Amino acid sequence: MKIFKTLLIIALAAGFLGAAEANKIVVDGSTTVGPIAKAFAEYYMKLNPGVNITVSESGSGNGAKSLVNQSCQVATMSRLLKLNEFEAAVHSEILPVVHVVALDGIAMIVHPGNPISKLTLNQVKDIYLGKVKNWNQLGGPNVPIVIISRDTNSGTYETFEGKVMKGDKIAKNCEYVGSNGAIRQRVQSTPAAIGYVGIGFIDSTVKALPIDGIMPSLETVKNGSYPIARPLYMVTNDYPKMGSHLYRFVTLYLSKKGQAIIEEIGFIPVTSY
Amino acid sequence: MSDAVSRLRRLTALILKGFLLLGTALSLVTVLLIIAYITRDALPFFKLRGPGELFTSTAWYPSGHPPEFGALAILVGSGLVTLGSILVAVPLGIAAAIALSDILPYRLRQTVKPVIEILAAIPSVAYGFFALVIFAPLLQNRGGSLLAIALWLIALPLGLLLIFVVTDAATRSIRADVALTARLILAAVLAVILVRGLLALSAKLTLLRIASGTNALNVSIILGIMALPTIISVAEDSLQAAGRELREGSYALGATRAETLFKVVIPAAGSGIIAAVILGVMRAVGETMVVWMASGNAAQIPSPWFNFLSPVRTLTATIAGDMGEADQVTGSGRYHVLFALALCLLLTSFVANLASEWVLRRQQRKLGGLK
Repeated sequence: MKIFKTLLIIALAAGFLGAAEANKIVVDGSTTVGPIAKAFAEYYMKLNPGVNITVSESGSGNGAKSLVNQSCQVATMSRLLKLNEFEAAVHSEILPVVHVVALDGIAMIVHPGNPISKLTLNQVKDIYLGKVKNWNQLGGPNVPIVIISRDTNSGTYETFEGKVMKGDKIAKNCEYVGSNGAIRQRVQSTPAAIGYVGIGFIDSTVKALPIDGIMPSLETVKNGSYPIARPLYMVTNDYPKMGSHLYRFVTLYLSKKGQAIIEEIGFIPVTSY
Repeated sequence: MSDAVSRLRRLTALILKGFLLLGTALSLVTVLLIIAYITRDALPFFKLRGPGELFTSTAWYPSGHPPEFGALAILVGSGLVTLGSILVAVPLGIAAAIALSDILPYRLRQTVKPVIEILAAIPSVAYGFFALVIFAPLLQNRGGSLLAIALWLIALPLGLLLIFVVTDAATRSIRADVALTARLILAAVLAVILVRGLLALSAKLTLLRIASGTNALNVSIILGIMALPTIISVAEDSLQAAGRELREGSYALGATRAETLFKVVIPAAGSGIIAAVILGVMRAVGETMVVWMASGNAAQIPSPWFNFLSPVRTLTATIAGDMGEADQVTGSGRYHVLFALALCLLLTSFVANLASEWVLRRQQRKLGGLK
């Protein structure tokens, strides 16, 4: 039985240039989705010791490229495939199948002592553009705003850039910080600061602001009303053979454990038990 | 029997020599390879984007569409932080080295020096954590008063010393019986002016609000402290190396302790002190973790340029911070620009090393001429 299964997987894997081994799954792509894939891989490999899953984070574009030239079986992406990527895939006889594995929401946070209680998306953009420089322009005290951002190579930054800045450039006096935790630390200790973190990082030491009247939360991200949010994807070539390791890996997000893992890393699961 | 032993000894010596040669050669080859590889990956950037943008523009948007790679603000940031750490570390370090070698009693030195050297053993991430979690909020909440206290601590002793020297020089030519009173009066007047000035300045400083504690001042102080052990240790060694004979010779000629220190011992140890300073400064220039955590990383030129209270971004922090995403796009400007920055950093330290070498040579020649 086991041999049969192995053979089946070998037959499947043979499709992937023959380079991939039977129990090997290669994951490549987004730095945002990477942590999910890594946590999934760790969990899955513990359950199935014979399986080897490698996850690299080289960006969504590279993930798509790797899928098309068959150097990976799963492309993790923080955006959908672009039209030309679909075309390239179809030309190489690859059928990209997209699985939405989690949702990513970003909350704007300020110091708990800050009297500001809400912002609009445009106000957030103006702050980060450097157009609004002082909290008194928003009805707050007369102190210059300290704007804090994630460093430019994080997925959180990518989401923020795409959903808030929409291609415009962040002001030069913006401070850059290496992690979600570090942003929270800076904001909780700096009365004049504003920053953004993944929704999982909100706690009582900082104040999360409603954007356009909508509080960032699991619910508002899921129902689509919160504006700074996006789905995160895993893309495979065709729907994976049912029961295969690949199938079980990419559908892990549907399980209770998968949901817990996603919540643990600070993302929002698409399923809820 | 003894012949065999000596042959064995010679053989061991030969083998050990071989090992040492290998070790030396290895480090030399490593340095050359590093230079070669960095240059190889840096050059495509200049081919791709031209040489102008990197050094003239301040727009640093490596992930923009289209990206911009203006590193002028980053170069200025590195320079500013280095300058700041020099201002902190060099006077303190040299003063401490002189105190350790010539002023403090021997037994105190034996306990103080190891303690200072412990500073060098603290990992930089610990310094960074301190700078980010404790020092930055402190600067934000009490920055003004802290600066005022620092001003008093630095300016009061220096000012008093200056008054002492000035009054001494001014009253030297006056008749001895009037000189003392004149000197006292002059000193009192100058002291009042000094204290008044300091009071006014510190009142202004106390009112200062520091918006963001992760700024050039924060990292300058921390980097200065990190550079201290290197500077103190090397400078103190070179002061010691000046030798007891030199000091005793100076005393024998009737020189005072101060004269011996400033006119004999320090000039004799000058090359070592300069080497100490350059080593310490290079430690500050190359430090990454602290600046990445606590400099704010804002790619802007402070206005005015010496505004230490403004967040800055440095070369090392930029390379460390952007590396993660850069490797995805091998061959792109975003990847090669980091090597171009690394090349700038490498050239800086190379030039600094050459300069220190040159100073040492010159000093040795001068001293050699004296002998």
